[in-house]
Amino acid sequence: MTATTQPAAPDTTNDREPLLVVDDWKTYFKTAGGLLRAVDGVSLRVDAGSTIGLVGESGSGKTILSRSILGLVRSRRKVEPGGTITYDGVVINKLSPKERRRYWGKDMAMVFQNPMTSLNPVLTIGRQLTEVLTLHLGMSKALARARAVELLESVGIPEPKKRADEFPHQLSGGMRQRVTIAIALSCNPRLLLADEPTTALDVTVQAQILDLLDEQQSARDMTMILVTHDLGVVAGRTDTVAVMYAGKIVEIAPTKTLFTETRHPYAEALMRSIPTMDAPNHTRLFTIPGRPAQLTGEPKGCRFAPRCSYAQEKCLTEQPPLVAPERPDHSFACWFPVGTKPGQEALERNLSAGQTAAGTSMSLMTVLGA
Amino acid sequence: MAQSRLAGEKPQGPASVADPSSAGAGPNGGAVPAKRKSRSKLKNLGVLFWLAAGWLAVVGLSAILAPFLPLVDPAAQNYDAVAVPPGTPGHLLGTDSLGRDLLSRAIFGARISMIVTLSAVAIGILVGGLLGMLAGYYRGWLEKVIMAATDALMAFPALVLLLALMATLGSSVRNLVIGLGILGIPAFVRLTRASTLVYAQREFVTAAKSIGALNRRVLVREIVPNLIPAVGAYAFIVIALLIVAEGSLSFLGVGVPPPASSWGLMISEGRDSLRTTPWITFIPGIFMFLTVLSFNLAGDRLREENDNKGGNA
Amino acid sequence: MKSTTKTVEGTRPAARPPHRARWIARVRAFALKLATALGTLFVVSLAVYSLQELLPGDPAVAILGEQATPETIAAVRADLRLDDSFLVRYGAWLGDALLLDLGTSYRSGAPVMETILDRLPVTFELMVLAQLMALAVAIPLGTLAAYRAKTVFDRFTTGSAFAMISVPEFVLGLVLIYYLTLGLGWFPTTGWVAFGESPLENLHHAFLPALTMAIPVAAVYQRLLRTDMLATLQEDFVTMAQSKGLSTGHILFRHALRPSSFSLITLAGVNTGRLLGGSVIVEVLFVVPGIGQLMIQSIFLRDFVMLQGTVIFVATAYIVVNALVDLSYGLIDPRVRHRSA
Ligand SMILES: Nc1ncnc2c1ncn2[C@@H]1O[C@H](COP(=O)(O)OP(=O)(O)OP(=O)(O)O)[C@@H](O)[C@H]1O
Ligand SMILES: [Mg+2]
Repeated sequence: MTATTQPAAPDTTNDREPLLVVDDWKTYFKTAGGLLRAVDGVSLRVDAGSTIGLVGESGSGKTILSRSILGLVRSRRKVEPGGTITYDGVVINKLSPKERRRYWGKDMAMVFQNPMTSLNPVLTIGRQLTEVLTLHLGMSKALARARAVELLESVGIPEPKKRADEFPHQLSGGMRQRVTIAIALSCNPRLLLADEPTTALDVTVQAQILDLLDEQQSARDMTMILVTHDLGVVAGRTDTVAVMYAGKIVEIAPTKTLFTETRHPYAEALMRSIPTMDAPNHTRLFTIPGRPAQLTGEPKGCRFAPRCSYAQEKCLTEQPPLVAPERPDHSFACWFPVGTKPGQEALERNLSAGQTAAGTSMSLMTVLGA
Repeated sequence: MAQSRLAGEKPQGPASVADPSSAGAGPNGGAVPAKRKSRSKLKNLGVLFWLAAGWLAVVGLSAILAPFLPLVDPAAQNYDAVAVPPGTPGHLLGTDSLGRDLLSRAIFGARISMIVTLSAVAIGILVGGLLGMLAGYYRGWLEKVIMAATDALMAFPALVLLLALMATLGSSVRNLVIGLGILGIPAFVRLTRASTLVYAQREFVTAAKSIGALNRRVLVREIVPNLIPAVGAYAFIVIALLIVAEGSLSFLGVGVPPPASSWGLMISEGRDSLRTTPWITFIPGIFMFLTVLSFNLAGDRLREENDNKGGNA
Repeated sequence: MKSTTKTVEGTRPAARPPHRARWIARVRAFALKLATALGTLFVVSLAVYSLQELLPGDPAVAILGEQATPETIAAVRADLRLDDSFLVRYGAWLGDALLLDLGTSYRSGAPVMETILDRLPVTFELMVLAQLMALAVAIPLGTLAAYRAKTVFDRFTTGSAFAMISVPEFVLGLVLIYYLTLGLGWFPTTGWVAFGESPLENLHHAFLPALTMAIPVAAVYQRLLRTDMLATLQEDFVTMAQSKGLSTGHILFRHALRPSSFSLITLAGVNTGRLLGGSVIVEVLFVVPGIGQLMIQSIFLRDFVMLQGTVIFVATAYIVVNALVDLSYGLIDPRVRHRSA
């Protein structure tokens, strides 16, 4: 399988202090269709200097979670009914907006999904860089300008002096993402949140940007949360991977463990959707049947059950807790985990019945067990 | 087979996990049927809309029924009650400096204002709508000529255009209607042309054409019904504009000739004694303000409603 | 406008055309706009000149009044070339107008152009003051209303703006006079003092007329800016600016304002032309000797040549200003400035 062809990340180092602890965090939205549970009880521990990958399909709540960590979810319909976010020993979600803002740009910085829209179209690249430097580091205009050029150079932008005077629309997508990275890194943040930094980019540029992030992360000993919907992206670059589904973490483990001992059927499905270079050209990509989970309404049972080929009666009525039965650093939330005896039995039961307990036909579950 | 959970959903292809765009496809991806379905949501227009509509109904009805209402003759001068303030028995809203009843004059003034602006807006809709439709449907040189004329009309500040016309033609109610009508034309030309351009591309029009329907028939049967909601909503806003324009002209003394009472004229009559008897100016002023506000509110709300319905045109 | 700001990215061809091609394209766009403006001017001049044809009866009589002697009528007929065909007359008139000669008033004997230019500074001053006041009020209120969307503050300001749009200018002016001048005695009732005479007195006299013009304009600006600002505040780059730790004020006024103000600037430009001709009511109400008052005076004095002159002047100013706004549009938005075609 793919995972084995990738160089595995080193094991998580537990001797580090956690820089960020998210505990049972919830972010809901009041919508016309009822309460939308975008993030529904997420717990995370991010050690200083490590990289954690946050993986899940579109709408699983990755962006909302990462923005919640900063405190940047801007919506009047937002409800934050519970949980704590502790950064460097401070419970930051209790801070006033003003106090919280002090962390932004300086302690925590963010790289956004779409570099086409995340730079201000009417300000020069240089301006957008220098304003953070003068604000947070108290630099003079001239000093900030010189530093901005240096930063642009350090993220691999050719002719940084000239580029600093240009407007975002004069740069390519990859260049722009380099600029947003330069902005994010400008004040040496300790925590970098990269929200799908490569999704909007060409495949060829994706690797360059990821390598750049990687390089900067180790050079600065920075902690990084790398959000993506592509497990292939996190494979060689993160220490830990958390798989999100419908606002919850369904499986979290050291990267290598996750790839070799996948337990959650959703994580397994994601794994199969990684395109491989060595696969023959017209291989059908594995896809997950059904539509992304409904996030409104009281969750009843496992949110993934309707799309899961392992689904049993229990999955429809009881929510599986996130537990670590095998190793302390590998948790998953599934009643019938993949690769275990109950899981195997569940799958066989469904195969012989032709459909899962949720009523989904097994024939829709493409290429399973191939 | 798939039952309860997916009931009512069309069978759909499996969603690829690797496709970030899959969440973006909203429920309203398809084209909205052009012909309006039902008007059941009339209640959703909001309190303000109905307040505005209520005021317009009151003003409109009393203007229409003015001769039959138990009102004092608006021209009758009561020398025993000259410039009495509002609240005086017999003169609910007071009288002006000639002892004429302000309520009665305001209602008869509404009559003139309404007749003038409604006729003018009718001219605007008919002429402007027709020209706009022709321009949008036939395109070519016809469109160029029509749009050039429209641009030229719009190149005058509204009041300047009106003043020039009224000064040349002489002030009379008929000329006022013509002038205001001309003022209203360009807006409707632009609106109907833009909408016609859109609708002329729609399937139901191309379909009608392909089965050999005559152009005239296509215009009347397929395009006009679709223009009505937008033109209707816009008419409210144009009426508001025209009421102000009419008032301005009368205020300046080149609108409705004096024996008649129009709001603008009444306001201007009270000007000289503003310090001592402000109500002579402000009573018709309030009538005018509330009416203009109501037309604006109603028009704005209707336009919003149209936008929401036909938003993805 | 919206569409250009949004779609530039997606539609731009991958390879930029060489510099020269872009330059040519820009010149062509410029020429097209210029030609359109000139065309409109031509049609407008034709329309204004044709007004003369609409005068009831003999234009010379209409212009001079009933008590004119046959000699003066003959003189005017010759002067206006009334015996020539329409096109010839129009051509001659247009030729003069192009040389900035709009004829001579038969009432005052003064050259029309000179009279207009005499009064232009007054109207211009009112326009500038009104614009400044309107923008000074509308920019903070529109921005804050968008930032505090759907709050009491927003409902109140946006609701008041809607009401202000519906107050006729002459009613508003009278209300202001009643309270501020007659009630509080803050401002002189009417009249005008030239700026050269006493700048302070000039501003004192100009304030209320300018305010009367500014309030409805500010209301329109507020609503427009609020709408555009609401859209901008949803943009990713605003979230990004927040994530940089910038203060709210900095984000609103340094980051969000400019991208939200393209339609506002366009409208303000259009209004510059409109207010030049639209101050008629205010000038009459406050007895300010500007172009609007001149226009009304010429109507009452039946000074047709003067009226014709002011109308063509105002319309020309309006068209020229609009064309300039259109052309300078690129200066505000760097995306338009650098666009290839
Ligand atoms: N302001 C909001 N109001 C209501 N619902 C919201 C809001 N923002 C996000 N959501 C909902 O929250 C859910 C999670 O969204 P989120 O953006 O976190 O997904 P994501 O995992 O980042 O997806 P993607 O891969 O598309 O970026 C989605 O269903 C979305 O519709
Ligand atoms: Mg996201």
